[in-house]
Amino acid sequence: MVKTIIRIIKSFTLWELFAGLLLTGKYFWKRKFTVQFPEEKTPVSPRFRGLHALRRYPNGEERCIACKLCEAVCPALAITIDSEQRADGSRRTKSYEIDLFKCIYCGMCEEACPVDSIVLTDMSHYHIAERGENILTKEKLLAIGDKYEEQIAAAREEEGRYR
Amino acid sequence: MNLSQAIIELIWIVLGIIAIIVPVMIGVLAFTYAERKVLAFMHVRIGPNRVGPFGFFQPLADAIKLLHKEIIIPAVADKFIFILAPVLSIAPALAAWAVIPFAQGWVLANINAGILYVLAMTSFGAYGILLSGWASNSKYALFGSLRSAAQMVAYEIAMGFALIGVMLAAGSLNLSQIVLAQSGGIWHWYWLPLLPLFVVYLISGVSETNRAPFDVAEGESEIVAGYHVEYGGMAFGVFFLAEYSNMLLISALVSLFFLGGWLSPLQGIPGLETWFAWVPGVIWFLIKIIFFSFLYLWLRATFPRYRYDQIMRLGWKVLIPITLIWIVVVAVAARFNLPPWW
Ligand code: SF4
Ligand code: SF4
Repeated sequence: MVKTIIRIIKSFTLWELFAGLLLTGKYFWKRKFTVQFPEEKTPVSPRFRGLHALRRYPNGEERCIACKLCEAVCPALAITIDSEQRADGSRRTKSYEIDLFKCIYCGMCEEACPVDSIVLTDMSHYHIAERGENILTKEKLLAIGDKYEEQIAAAREEEGRYR
Repeated sequence: MNLSQAIIELIWIVLGIIAIIVPVMIGVLAFTYAERKVLAFMHVRIGPNRVGPFGFFQPLADAIKLLHKEIIIPAVADKFIFILAPVLSIAPALAAWAVIPFAQGWVLANINAGILYVLAMTSFGAYGILLSGWASNSKYALFGSLRSAAQMVAYEIAMGFALIGVMLAAGSLNLSQIVLAQSGGIWHWYWLPLLPLFVVYLISGVSETNRAPFDVAEGESEIVAGYHVEYGGMAFGVFFLAEYSNMLLISALVSLFFLGGWLSPLQGIPGLETWFAWVPGVIWFLIKIIFFSFLYLWLRATFPRYRYDQIMRLGWKVLIPITLIWIVVVAVAARFNLPPWW
């Protein structure tokens, strides 16, 4: 009985509605957390798995020895490798292609690689505008590696003791 | 009256119309901007901030975008009515502004039956929605417009009854006179003596404009966008304009009927009254409109949409009985000049 009366009073004084309005009214004045994306960026973990890159040794020699472990381990079959014997007798890749549409960014290729050649950088802001751009060729991968070597090395350094 | 006099009068009327329509349109633009900002702030977001300082020109950018878009008329639509419907929804939304007194004597058409005119115009907007739903030949649009029609019928009654209370209290149908009848300070405004009617009118006003939490006619999550689902480009833009100018209109009407229109809230307070005597009435009126417009956005940010049957229940079983009872109370009070207000 008392409960019913309280309920009736509450519903006719719009009690709950005012409580709701008060809550949103409070949030109106709260500090906003929005990150203004192109100008501001959220911090990225060194473990972030973004765009791929192929690394080189400090002397400029490419690391990849065409062992095809990455190709074998890739769960999405995104990597295609062709190998040949180079003039100096070492085994190298003739072509090394990653299809970004197939890749699931699992990072298994990086884990499988015995010489730390294929790595996943922390870059996530890239886009594919034309058909065919989704295939990362060996040249592109090496270029990405050259460009971001410092960052890549720093991230590996930081994460090294957990590997 | 000879011809030249008639022409001069006509020119004055056209100028008056322009002087009303332009601020209303600017108000609508500012309102859409405010809506996005206020909603964003209540969601702990920032809202549009790219176009111009603080994103202030965002509505202009939106308008340009809408103007550029193609108007697609569905092949199975009734083309004439399809095009007519947005016109029918915006025309009454703008026409109703003709009788709004913005300050003492600042009114385009000071007609005696102002309230009736306003009621007629706000109800007329339902035709635009109904016809758009029917002409689109789409089930979502039809559902939206049917819901809107049923809702309008239900809330129109409560709205009308609430206004009957105002008429009884003011003893007039003229909007300026209703405002003047409220003079004498903030506690003489009708929001206090007619508190239940004020609340009912506010709720039915929100429902009448199909705004959250009564926006089942649009109901994005159930029927996509309701009655204007088939509209694109500026045809949609016109519906949009109509909706927002209707909201401004209801805000203005609530201020007129229950919050003393252009009257200063400081009336009757010694000292303050004379200090603020220089503030023109239209400023007070604007402040009241802005307050109610903000309330619209606040409600939208706060309440989830009512279910359709709940809307009907609220309209028929709660609001209408309350207004009926309160009309009797007001009538008795007004008849026997009961203190403190009559
Ligand atoms: S990240 Fe995973 S899916 Fe992508 S190429 Fe490497 S192994 Fe394949
Ligand atoms: S990238 Fe690494 S794992 Fe893949 S083929 Fe080259 S060396 Fe082998």
